[in-house]
Amino acid sequence: MADPARKKIGVEVSIAVSEAVKQCDVDVVSAYPITPQTHIVEHLAELVAQGELDAEFVPVESEHSAMSVCAGSSAAGARTFTSTASQGLALMAEIVYCVASMRLPIVMVVANRSLNSPLSIWNDHSDAMMVRDSGWVQIFVENGQESYDHIFWCFRVAEDEKALHPVMLNMDGFMLTHTIEPIEYWADEMVKKYLPPFQPKFRLHPEHPLTMGAFGPPEIFTECKKAQDEALIATMPVIERAWEELEKICGRKYSAVETYRAEDAKTLLLTMGSFSETARVAIDEMRETGEEVGLVSLRLWRPFPFAKFRDAVKNAESLIVIDRAVVFGGPGGPVASEVRSALYSGKKRPRIVNFIAGLASRDVQPDDFYQMVERAKKKIKDGTEDEYEIYGVRE
Amino acid sequence: MIDLDVYAPLLLPKEELFTSGHRACQGCAEALAVRIVCKALGRNSIVAMATGCMEIVSSPLPTTAWQIPWIHVAFENAAAVASGVEVGLKALMRKGRLPHKKINIAGMAGDGGTADIGLQALSGAMERGHNMIFVCYDNEAYMNTGIQRSSATPFGASTTTSPAGRVKAGQETWKKNMPEIMAAHGIPYVATACSAYPIDLYEKVKRAAAVKGPAYVHCLSVCPTGWRIPSGDAIRYGRLAVETGAFPLYEVIDGKYQLTFDFPKLKPITDYFKGQGRFRHLTPEAVGRIQERIKGDYDKLRAKCENVKK
Repeated sequence: MADPARKKIGVEVSIAVSEAVKQCDVDVVSAYPITPQTHIVEHLAELVAQGELDAEFVPVESEHSAMSVCAGSSAAGARTFTSTASQGLALMAEIVYCVASMRLPIVMVVANRSLNSPLSIWNDHSDAMMVRDSGWVQIFVENGQESYDHIFWCFRVAEDEKALHPVMLNMDGFMLTHTIEPIEYWADEMVKKYLPPFQPKFRLHPEHPLTMGAFGPPEIFTECKKAQDEALIATMPVIERAWEELEKICGRKYSAVETYRAEDAKTLLLTMGSFSETARVAIDEMRETGEEVGLVSLRLWRPFPFAKFRDAVKNAESLIVIDRAVVFGGPGGPVASEVRSALYSGKKRPRIVNFIAGLASRDVQPDDFYQMVERAKKKIKDGTEDEYEIYGVRE
Repeated sequence: MIDLDVYAPLLLPKEELFTSGHRACQGCAEALAVRIVCKALGRNSIVAMATGCMEIVSSPLPTTAWQIPWIHVAFENAAAVASGVEVGLKALMRKGRLPHKKINIAGMAGDGGTADIGLQALSGAMERGHNMIFVCYDNEAYMNTGIQRSSATPFGASTTTSPAGRVKAGQETWKKNMPEIMAAHGIPYVATACSAYPIDLYEKVKRAAAVKGPAYVHCLSVCPTGWRIPSGDAIRYGRLAVETGAFPLYEVIDGKYQLTFDFPKLKPITDYFKGQGRFRHLTPEAVGRIQERIKGDYDKLRAKCENVKK
């Protein structure tokens, strides 16, 4: 499927993602169907059925078991992939935490979708935010090409001897998963060059018996958690290196924090995922009217890129954070509360205004970004000190 | 006449794969069961174990009682984790990344991790047909958390969440028939066993390991702490469970039932209940009701078994 001529082809992003998983030559795929993840796992099942991918496809009876199968196969040293969304992620959440603490380098695509209730199959980030603190490396991608490119990146980071963390790729459900985009595939040789075969340092095998997932009494538990935290933070160079190498292979440059027309911007918008694309359009339009506005798109969510983020917003007067999940009764959306905390200790920091928008795929058009900028300006002028505002509520 | 059976355990492999030094209670027949199961599985084995007594007693960091590869992830997913290990190794061997070798993959859990919270994952793994063994160590309650009732707790037993009181007489439901549920999955091998019959347990696990496809062994594991019996009596009560028909030993091989030990005349259930603190509140009427049920169940089982005289 890889096109050696590296021409762009029109393909549904879910299909492109599963083609990338195939190109990574995964050994085990275990999944349970849930909208809008289905096209990814359906295509993988088909690739296995057609003999194009030599892997075990394990169609389990729940997401909880999907991640549990992943735990077992990854512990056995197999390259392992799964995908889910929303309620599925909620059901597997217990094991999402376990595999991170056990340092099992599983790769999972989350086709981001709202959490019930009311039932919603549409897109926001409430599912991802639920497992924010699980210890996975977590990224959000903006478009189809990024989704595809980052599958290779995910495995490379996860399996790096200096990392050994599971990696979660968040892609907006429907917005990305069900969209046909022009995507440039990598040739298989490029993948080979970029992604070495998985050589686990530790695996379950009778030749070298070991105990995995033991019981940690209080005398040792704190030390385990400290070690895990340090290990996740210490992954940053591996993450950066993986992006540098990726650029060398395919020419596309990615980083933890992306900026767009941000250099001289007084007002910065902060987005994650596919909203960043729309925000760019909005910023171009606003720039034409003389508005000094720019964009910060947060790609790396965990480990949080504090230094890069602080640097990206250091010259701004105001920072408008657009969250896609509600923290009920809390200090604002999860991204806003996090960046407030990240900037609190700085001497000079932008005024932060938080909007929660785009819940369950509620459309956010370029004009909505313009509206949010205007409202933010008014709030600042009026001295409104609200923690957050849920934007676009029909009254 | 010398009872030569007494010496039979000496014929088991000497190598301990589940070693001493673990923190199980004195007289724990579940630890004994694990020890024998591991002897039967042998060194070329990998164990995925659920949270529970055996996990807690065997793996407090930085120590381990396990001489074979062992993984614990959570309470309800031992079967799913074991199936993951199985597919992982299968793929790696097929793709030439690991040398071909027969490795026994065993999932293990207590009765809660099997019949309650772990039932879904277990059913899924059995239905998918993984080449694995699942062993349920049934001590008839959540002993690790302090003797709470499970669906495997027998009728009438007093536990901390089914306590016998002035208006209630302990567990009010009948023991879930887990081996039958497994047999209904149409898997090639199902057996019940008890660590009070170590040689039989050993042989059944050997047969389970030899089967291609999923195998299930349900092992009654007497818990002196939870059953409120003296720690030296676990084996005696294990034997009585079998001899009274409270826990019959049988196999279902490719759908065919075989009774391991037939007792045309069962010992009265009172022989088994006597001395067990968990049953001491039972009235003669309740005992009579249980006796009737046990006899009925035993007769039904016997009728299905092809190796008994009808």
